[in-house]
Amino acid sequence: MYVAVKGGEAAIDAAHGWLAEERRGDARVPELTVAQIREQMTLAVDRVMAEGSLWDPDLAALAIKQARGDLIEAVFLLRAYRTTLPRFGASVPVDTGAMLCDRRVSATFKDLPGGQVLGPTFDYTHRLLDFALMAEGEVPPARERTAEPGPVPHVVAVLDREGLIQREAEGEGPVPDLTREPLELPADRALRLQALARGDEGFLLGLAYSTQRGYGRTHAFVGELRTGTVTVEVEVPELGFAIALGEVVLTECETVNQFAGSRTEPPQFTRGYGLTLGRTERKALAMSLVDRALRWRELGEDFVGAPAQDEEFVLSHCDNVQATGFLEHIKLPHYVDFQSELELVRRLRREAAEGATREAAE
Amino acid sequence: MTGLDALSGGFATPALDSARAFRAAMEALARPGTIREVAGAAPPGPLSPAAGVLILTLCDPSTPLHLAGGWDVPAVRDWVAFHAGAPLVAAERAAFAVGDWAALRPLGRFAQGTPDYPDRSATLIVEVPRLAADGARLTGPGIRGETWLSLPAPVEPLVANAARFPLGVDLFLTHGHRLAALPRSTRIG
Amino acid sequence: MTDYNFAYLDEDTKRMIRRAILKALAVPGYQVPFASREMPMPYGWGTGGVQVSAAILTPEDVMKVIDQGADDTTNAVSIRRFFEKTAGVATTTRTAEATVIQTRHRIPETPLREGQVLVYQVPIPEPLRFLEPRETETRRMHALEDYGLMHVKLYEDIARHGRIATSYAYPVKVEGRYVMDPSPIPKFDNPRLKSEAIQLFGAGREQRIYALPPHCRVESLDFEDHPFEASKADHPCALCGATGSYLDEVITDDAGGRMFVCSDTDFCATRRGEAA
Repeated sequence: MYVAVKGGEAAIDAAHGWLAEERRGDARVPELTVAQIREQMTLAVDRVMAEGSLWDPDLAALAIKQARGDLIEAVFLLRAYRTTLPRFGASVPVDTGAMLCDRRVSATFKDLPGGQVLGPTFDYTHRLLDFALMAEGEVPPARERTAEPGPVPHVVAVLDREGLIQREAEGEGPVPDLTREPLELPADRALRLQALARGDEGFLLGLAYSTQRGYGRTHAFVGELRTGTVTVEVEVPELGFAIALGEVVLTECETVNQFAGSRTEPPQFTRGYGLTLGRTERKALAMSLVDRALRWRELGEDFVGAPAQDEEFVLSHCDNVQATGFLEHIKLPHYVDFQSELELVRRLRREAAEGATREAAE
Repeated sequence: MTGLDALSGGFATPALDSARAFRAAMEALARPGTIREVAGAAPPGPLSPAAGVLILTLCDPSTPLHLAGGWDVPAVRDWVAFHAGAPLVAAERAAFAVGDWAALRPLGRFAQGTPDYPDRSATLIVEVPRLAADGARLTGPGIRGETWLSLPAPVEPLVANAARFPLGVDLFLTHGHRLAALPRSTRIG
Repeated sequence: MTDYNFAYLDEDTKRMIRRAILKALAVPGYQVPFASREMPMPYGWGTGGVQVSAAILTPEDVMKVIDQGADDTTNAVSIRRFFEKTAGVATTTRTAEATVIQTRHRIPETPLREGQVLVYQVPIPEPLRFLEPRETETRRMHALEDYGLMHVKLYEDIARHGRIATSYAYPVKVEGRYVMDPSPIPKFDNPRLKSEAIQLFGAGREQRIYALPPHCRVESLDFEDHPFEASKADHPCALCGATGSYLDEVITDDAGGRMFVCSDTDFCATRRGEAA
């Protein structure tokens, strides 16, 4: 005799217990510490902070541990925590020109003030598995060199001085906050950049790649890519000046894009912009290409129907926490709606069969 | 300088008081014509306790508030600033407004919503000298058949407001510790 | 974090949601944008409904959570636990005893009464979304009351299948003005959208809240020669014998054996004289 299914509660408890055990893995292998993840899985930590929109390496490392290395799940954990935090205020805009760069490359000029600094990059490593790492050996300390003193000027400022690149207007009014206000379309550039900055790296990578292959091509050169530390400051009204709260690592990418000019404007370059938390270079590059592609309207270009040009498409689908939640919800029970479809299909088939029988009889 | 009075009269347990108050306000708005009792706020006059409860429950620094006529007095301003932090603004910019019927008219000054976003309209808290289930006949969503409510006179601006649906303002009527609501969807007469 | 605010959400967030709920009730069927928060459960799993419930709950409430009509489906259990933990409210499986009912995909069979609130979890709030994917376009259509696209779709169904081939999330027109998606309830439930209770619809990922006040005019879209029909599988419930309730189909063996039982588990248990 069938009885209505019960036991959801017990099943959930059992699943959680099993999950915890699986996360720990073989108990004979020492447990990972959060500090180990923070120090040795830094690019994963940075990605989780960037897409989680929260600078906290310890909590990002904890999230990665808890999520068993599933980075989207870790981003989700960090976001859900972030929502519960009180807002004390907004910082003054960070000055990326004053960044203490440990990486800075330009693809447009061979040399320039501040120099080309490769920094800790995979770029010229040969992708050969390093079996020495399996032996858990310590690496020798890297060679050190004293940095050249003084700030590193933005490469694009060189073009700016010559009037060769389009001037960007100063933003007006308060910066919108996607996490406190519903997304409204069409969006302005500040809101677009905000959405892209916390968007999924893989999604932006695919979109950026598609522009390179002709789906909304923008002829991008990397004017500059820099990674380093900036100081975060807040204005304290009682003091009348800004005080430093701490430092964060940012990656900034400015692309220089071809632009033919129009009847009203002489030929000049335009730019795409990417700014992301942490060492998230692929993301910053992709973001700058997508940003540029989305600017077709303001720059008087044609909409060629490319996905990367389509603001509503890009902004509505770039958030991986939203996307994964909705994608995965289809594994929840849908007995009721499926039953209604079943009933409909059976009825339509019955009616079709009856119709056919009637026709045969006539 | 904020007086001592401004510091008192707020919710004793904000999360619970505002939860109960909101539920009453929601039921009132969902069932136009019904009258609910609310508690928890003791604002300075002429603000009624019910209007004070609505302000504590719905207003904060993100909702510009207009104090109309005799309600724009230092004691009320200080109380609102301390307990809700809502910026005080002119009628045209207000998300909420409080005052008596004479001071709140004409309604056209307030945000009416737009065809794309009819929700972007003001909510008015009208302090009334009397609140009872008699007077004007009301029909529409939330009402089984018909009901009656004592509306402030003149009633014509309210009839005109309803005629603008889906645009228009929404009203709470407050008196002492009691409130009723008149959303723009309610037809009058 | 062990110390939650009542019903989890901070007071600023609750106020923002409460304001949206009031506007939603004032303009029945219109989707009010709201700044949905990231909840500690995935988008698509009821975050909109959870935020609406959190914003309306009082300590005195008795809450019921159902998914597919049942209290014991895993996601319903998970959401009920969330509110037991964060709001400390009493919970029940009895429709008649509940003051707030959060639901996914069903309206309880037992008629709701004044004083009850039904909160729907909504995946895609825009009834025109699968006809026109752009928000900028559908917003304009609602503003202009331009629902021609929807009528064309329904008419094409009739031309192709002889009837309207929409069996759930069947669109309704509210108070003769806004076309609304009632969430993916079976169309069998549509007549019960006209209710004594307040009905609130929360779509978290899509950042929309909409509402039906009690006694609201809700008409399922149809044509004069093809009137709306609230259909269901033509069987009685194998457990309680009810003939007028919506049914789940249960496969009992791999030789085509099947039976039909009430989807509303409280309704079925009550009829069988069991305390659920």
